[in-house]
This record gives sequence, C-alpha cells and structure tokens, in this order.
Amino acid sequence: MSVVFVMAPIALVLAAVAVTAFIWAARDGQFDDTETPAHRMLFDDLEKRDP
Amino acid sequence: MTAAIENPAAIAHERLGTPVCCHCGLKVPAALIVADASEQFCCGGCQVAYETIHGCGLADYYEMRERFGSRRAAAAGAGKRYTAYDSEAFLQKHAKETEGGLRAIELRLEGVHCAACVWLVERLPHMAPGVIDSRLSLGASRTRVVWDPEQTTLSTIARTLDRLGYPPHPARDAAARAQANSYSRRRLTNLAIAGALAGNNMLIATALYAGVFDGIEPQFARLFRWLSMGIGWLSLLWPGQSFFRGAVAAWRARTASLDQPIAVALAIGAVAGTANVLLDRGEVYFDSLSTLVFLLLVGRFLQARQQRWAQESVGLMLSMTPDACRVVRGSEVVEESVDALQRGDVVEVRAGELFPADGVVTQGDSAIDQSLLTGESQPTPVNSGDCVCAGAQNVAATLRVQVDAVGAATRVGRLVAMVEEGLAAKPPIVQMADRIAGWFVVVVVTLAAANFTWWWATVGLAPGIEATVALLIVACPCALGLATPLTMAVAIGSGAKRGMLIKSAVVLERLARVSPARPGQLFVDKTGTLTSGKMRVERFVGEDYLRRWITAVEVESNHPIATAIVRDLRPPSTIDRRELSQRCEKHGFGVTAETPVGSILVGSPRYAREHGVTLTDRFDDAAREGRDRGLTVVVAAIEGRCEAVLWLRDELHPDSRQQLDLLREAGWRIAILSGDAPGPVHQIARLMDVAASDAHAEMAPEEKLAQVRTATDAKAYEVVMMVGDGVNDAAALAAADVGVAAHGGAEASLAAADVYLTEPGVGRLVELVDLSRGALRVMRRNLAISLAYNTIAVALAAFGWITPLVAALLMPLSSLSVLASAASLAAQRPTEVD
Repeated sequence: MSVVFVMAPIALVLAAVAVTAFIWAARDGQFDDTETPAHRMLFDDLEKRDP
Repeated sequence: MTAAIENPAAIAHERLGTPVCCHCGLKVPAALIVADASEQFCCGGCQVAYETIHGCGLADYYEMRERFGSRRAAAAGAGKRYTAYDSEAFLQKHAKETEGGLRAIELRLEGVHCAACVWLVERLPHMAPGVIDSRLSLGASRTRVVWDPEQTTLSTIARTLDRLGYPPHPARDAAARAQANSYSRRRLTNLAIAGALAGNNMLIATALYAGVFDGIEPQFARLFRWLSMGIGWLSLLWPGQSFFRGAVAAWRARTASLDQPIAVALAIGAVAGTANVLLDRGEVYFDSLSTLVFLLLVGRFLQARQQRWAQESVGLMLSMTPDACRVVRGSEVVEESVDALQRGDVVEVRAGELFPADGVVTQGDSAIDQSLLTGESQPTPVNSGDCVCAGAQNVAATLRVQVDAVGAATRVGRLVAMVEEGLAAKPPIVQMADRIAGWFVVVVVTLAAANFTWWWATVGLAPGIEATVALLIVACPCALGLATPLTMAVAIGSGAKRGMLIKSAVVLERLARVSPARPGQLFVDKTGTLTSGKMRVERFVGEDYLRRWITAVEVESNHPIATAIVRDLRPPSTIDRRELSQRCEKHGFGVTAETPVGSILVGSPRYAREHGVTLTDRFDDAAREGRDRGLTVVVAAIEGRCEAVLWLRDELHPDSRQQLDLLREAGWRIAILSGDAPGPVHQIARLMDVAASDAHAEMAPEEKLAQVRTATDAKAYEVVMMVGDGVNDAAALAAADVGVAAHGGAEASLAAADVYLTEPGVGRLVELVDLSRGALRVMRRNLAISLAYNTIAVALAAFGWITPLVAALLMPLSSLSVLASAASLAAQRPTEVD
C-alpha cells in the first residue's frame, strides 16, 4: 500500500475544507461590498491618534 | 482664521481670491459673501452641515476628505422634516424589527462620495443618541441604521443625516437588491468551486501526463484516473449545470445559444471519459472539462459584475424621488407617505417641491416647471383652478392642490405604463456569439459525421469513435464562450469610467452596426441634451447705465434667467445692495424695486404690461424680433417706461454642433423631437444643421413614441436611437432600439433607457458610439482567434494527431490570447474632440 493512496484523498479533503470556508464567507455576505472595508480600516488609525 | 486652517480647501481658494464654501468647496455667490468672516457658505444647507459637523466635534471630516483627495464637492441637506418617517405605515413598509426591540432600516443617501463620508455616516451613534449602529456601503450609497425606538425616532435620525448633507431616502428596491445579492453570491460560490475543482484536476492530470513520459505503475494510474473522473463529474454537475440548463432552455425556445455546443462537448467528453476509465483504456478528458467549466464561468462572472454595477448606479438615482407629501387634514398640515394619498385629499406643495399627484390648484399663485413632463423649458404660471400633473415642480410659491388622480392613474403613471409596454414589446436581440453558435453546431456536427464515416471506412470502428470524440471535445467553443462576455465586461467597465452606464451589452452590438453605408436614425430631445437648460444673454438694447441696476435687482434671484443676466451683463461699476429697497419678486415673471434712479421693473413683456409699462416703437420692435427668432425676451422699465430689452437664449452645450457632425459622419441621421415651442426648436435646428422638416416641436409624449415607432417599423434604418431626459421621453426611449437617458433625467426615463450618461451634452454620445465600435472590433478579433484555435484543433483531431497533452495546451493558450486581446480594449484611449 503506497502513501499516495492516503495522501491524495487527504489533499482533496483539505481542498474541500477551503472551499467550504469560502462558501460560508460568500453566504455570510462578506463579498457583497468589497469597497467600503478598504476605507474603513484607515479610520482606526485616525481615532487612535487623536481620541 | 481658525476655520480656514481646519479647511485646507478654503485656504487653497482664498489664495486664488475667490471665496469658496467651507463645506462644499463651491464658489460662494457674490450676494452671500459675508465680509470679514473666515467661514463662507454658498447656501444655508452647507452652513447647517458645517455647524453640525463642528458641533459634534467631527471637524476631522474636512481634514480626512482632503487626505483622501476627494475632488467632488460635499452636498447640502434638503432641509426637510421627515415626519412621515415616523408613521407606522412607513416603518412597516421599510424598516425591520431586530433583536432586543431594536429596529433597522436601509437608507439610500444622496451626496455620499468618498471615504470621509463613510467615516462621518458611521459616526451617527455619536451624533444621534439612540442610534446603535450605522454601516455605510460606499459603492451603493446605502447605510443600514439600527436604532432603539424607545430612545429616538427615525425622523430625528433622518434629520441628522440631512443636516450633515446626506438627505436620506428609504431604499425602495430592497427586494430586487436582495435577489441580486443572492445571485451574485451564488455566482461567486460556483466560480470558487469550479476553480478549486479545476485546479485539483489539473494537479492529478500533471501526474498522469508525467506518467505517460516517465512511466507509471498501473495501480497509481488507475487511482488518478478515478479521482480525475470524480472531480470532473462534480464540476459538471455542480457549477457546470448552468450550461446544461441554458442549453435545454434554448432548445425548448428553439433558438441557438452558445450553451448548446458547450453542453454537447461537456456531455460527450464526460461519457467518453467515463467509458475509458471504467474499461481502463484510452484517455480521460476530465481535466480539460473541469478547466473548461471554470474558464467559461470566469467570463460570465465578470460580465455579470459589470452589468450589475451599472444597474446599481442607475438604481441609486431611482430612489431620489419624493416619498412624502404634506396633506391638509382639517385645520392642520401633516406629512404623510405618498402611498397613503387618496383622491379628494388636499395637499400642500411648497416652492421647489414636486407635485405628488395630479390635481387642481385650489389656493395659491405660482409657477410650475413641467420640463420633465412636457419638455417645455420655461416655467408656466398657475393659479386657482389650473390643473397640475404629478412630477412637475413648483418653482415659486406654496400651492394647495386638490388631488384628482394618484399613482398609476396620474399622467406620469400612464406614461410609465406605456414605458413598460414598450419594454415588453421589444424583441429580444440575439447576441452575436449566439448567432455564431447556431452555425457552429451545424459545422461541428457535419465535420464529426464526416470524420467518423471516413475513419470507420478506412481504419475501423473503435479508432473512429476515439478520433470523433476527440474532435467533438476540442471543438468545444471555450475561447468563443469566453470572448464575448470578457470583451463586453471590459467595454462596460471602461464606459462606466467615462460616464456612460450601460445596462446591457447588446446595446454595444447594436450601436456598432451603424455605418455610413447602413445609416441609423438618431432622435434627440432639445432641452438637456443639445442645450444645457441654462440661459445666456444674447443681446442688450438700451442705455448702458441700466446694466448696473438690472444686475442689482436680479442678483438675489435664483431664477435661471436672473443668473444669466447677472453673469452676462457685466455692469460698469459695482453694486451696493443698500441702494435698493422694497424689492419684490414674482417668481418666474419679474421683479420690481426702488432705486435712486426711480422704481425699476425687470421681467417678461407680459408682466411689464400688467404693471402698465408702455413700450416705445424701438423697444417693441426689438421685443418682437427677439420673439420671432425664438428667443426669450426680458424688458426693463424705469418709472413705468420701457428703457431696455434683453434677448436670452437657452445655452447650447459648447461642442454640440461638432459632436453631431461626428455622429453624422459615423452614419447617423439626426432629428430633433422636442416638447418645446417651435421658435426655439427651429433656431436650435438651424444652429445644429438639422433640416427644418426633421425638427419636430411641441411633441406630446405619445407623438414622440409614434415617431420612434414609425422609424423602427420602417426598417429603413439599421438602428433607431433615442436620447432624452424627461418622463415625456420615457415611452419613446423604451420603444427605440437603443434608448439613452441624458444627465439629470427623470426616474421613468432612467428605467426605460439602456444607457445612462452621467455627464450632460451629446459629447458622451460620440464616445458611446466609439466605444461600441471598439468593443465590436475587439470582439470580432477575439472570435477570429478562438475560431482559428478551434479549426486547428479540429484539423489535428481529424487526422488523429491530437494527444491529450496537445489538447490540454491548446485550450489555456486560446483562452489566454482572448484574455489579452480583450484587455487591450481597456487600454484604448477615448477619441478627443478638439
């Protein structure tokens, strides 16, 4: 029994986990607005500087 | 100077000498400049917004705006009270209950334009106690506000947003948007799954190909073949099922679609591959199939995203129509939702507001602007007993109107119904790729049959099947399926960057069909398209000293004619407003005031006559001549004697003539359809070099529609394009092959049009035609490239020379070259008009 028989399915399972995570994120609406969050993170900086 | 330091925009402009508004950065009108003040405002709205922002300790906004380099100006609020937002009916319709007795609503905001706006809107909980959360989506200009109904009311929140310069509107397309969101999520998920499956299948295929050259133990080969088959079937049945569905739908409708050859190739490849895996011989095709599904989905995903973006931008403007009105209930006036309005109600409409319904004026004396409805550019006076239509704007004074018809029964409502009929009657266009697909299927099937017969006759049945299956798979129009959506996605995206929002890609295909050999018919509306709707003083007849006094009385008015007079008359000396007294303006008619040289009157000839002004022969002739030329005439009188006559003209967009000439060269025949009076229309037609017989004036919306219908039915022209901005154009826009809504258009015209231009003038039209030609050129090139690859591949397969490795190389190569070719469209520069 070669290790390939074990490794190939494991690799596929890992890929499946990644895809599941992506589907969850998409269904959660995390890709609905790809513009605003890029700006939002800049504000944290400003607020720390002068409260 | 503290304010100026906080506001770098003000410093920059102070250096140039013109004071600018501290809030919005626009120039401050001369009449509103406050001497010695470090803070200047262009209007009350900006001042309120500025003070609110400072009062809440959020002055960082201005600094931040500067840092993000926003070039666009901030807006001022509408100053409404938003009491209708508290009614139970409104909340039921637009707001949702959330956990812990809180409520949430989606609001669309006007004036959101940069990252600093995100910051300001999301600080709402600091400004309005009782607001729990506010999250703004910049692209869609929407914010989701969660508030505690125990602590605050929605109208308070709306007023706060309004004061900041973001007038809110309830997001009326929530259902459509939720659906669009769920579609785009599904597309994204499908794309990701297809990508992961294709990637894994390619890894497995690499092992198999390596095995072909270096040798592989049969047990491993079998493992990889079975894995490849499993992954392949998964990608066909999960993300790939959209092709099979599309093919079946097209087959049921008896039309050709690119989905059909794709589905055939996928199905044959899957069946042959499965047979080979089970019998443990020949090639597995599943790696190619998985990649195919992925690449095709990429193209479709990109096109869908661009189209959705364009539709979203148009949808934003659709929410900007009035949703509340003031209804007279007994002795008091209450703000109510438009939906609650009924026949027989009396509504109060203030200056600047739109009429919510059709009705008869019962009280008040004002002028209304019906330009969106009828195309007439000048306000019409109304008083008791006159009829007014929903959608018209009250420009002068408060009116009370008894409602005759509401909603769909109004004239606007009937026009909208006509628009819907027009859109439904429009035949669906067959996309170029789908037209080609029809031929493609025929050619491929014929070739496959010939190939099979020849192999069977010469070599035998088994190699015949093998070679034919290979041929059918390599003939799959992968690059072809990628070519169209990719090119169109790039074209729509580059159009949006240049101010043209294109709702559907077929518009580009249609526009590109027009050439001097195959002319198209272009109907343009005058107001807002050829002319800017702004006035310009054409001629001044009279004594020079009067310029100063005419300017002095007009400087405080906001009527377009007054603005033009102040801008164009250039009085020899400056004015001190203290020299004027008892200034009295009748909006849309004229103005009177007392000056050191006597009482002055500036207004329309009719207004002057009503005030007993007599016109001497000289001025009477000048006034008549001006009217005959189709110009707007204004007279000025001192002490009841006419002393000056002014001619004003609706200003043309600077390069309209040139742009129309460019369009004519491109093969368009131009005609004007206007609701305005014959005088101005024919004058414009002369200037634009349009034959008098093609300049139609005083057209009712139904007549515009009839003109467009006649042109589309006559088939004399390749394409009929209609450009307009008003509700009166909407039905015609919907009926035309290509409807283009010009800048500042009404809701109905936006809904009816295929393209929306975000900048005024016909300049964008020339670019639109250019863009469509560029897009079609690139698309033809892409189709040629992909068909060339298919031809090569089919030829190789027919001779039995195709190996899985060659096939696996050809496919990404063809897709990549199509991709590079489509990207070249984005790099194309727009044609400059000097």
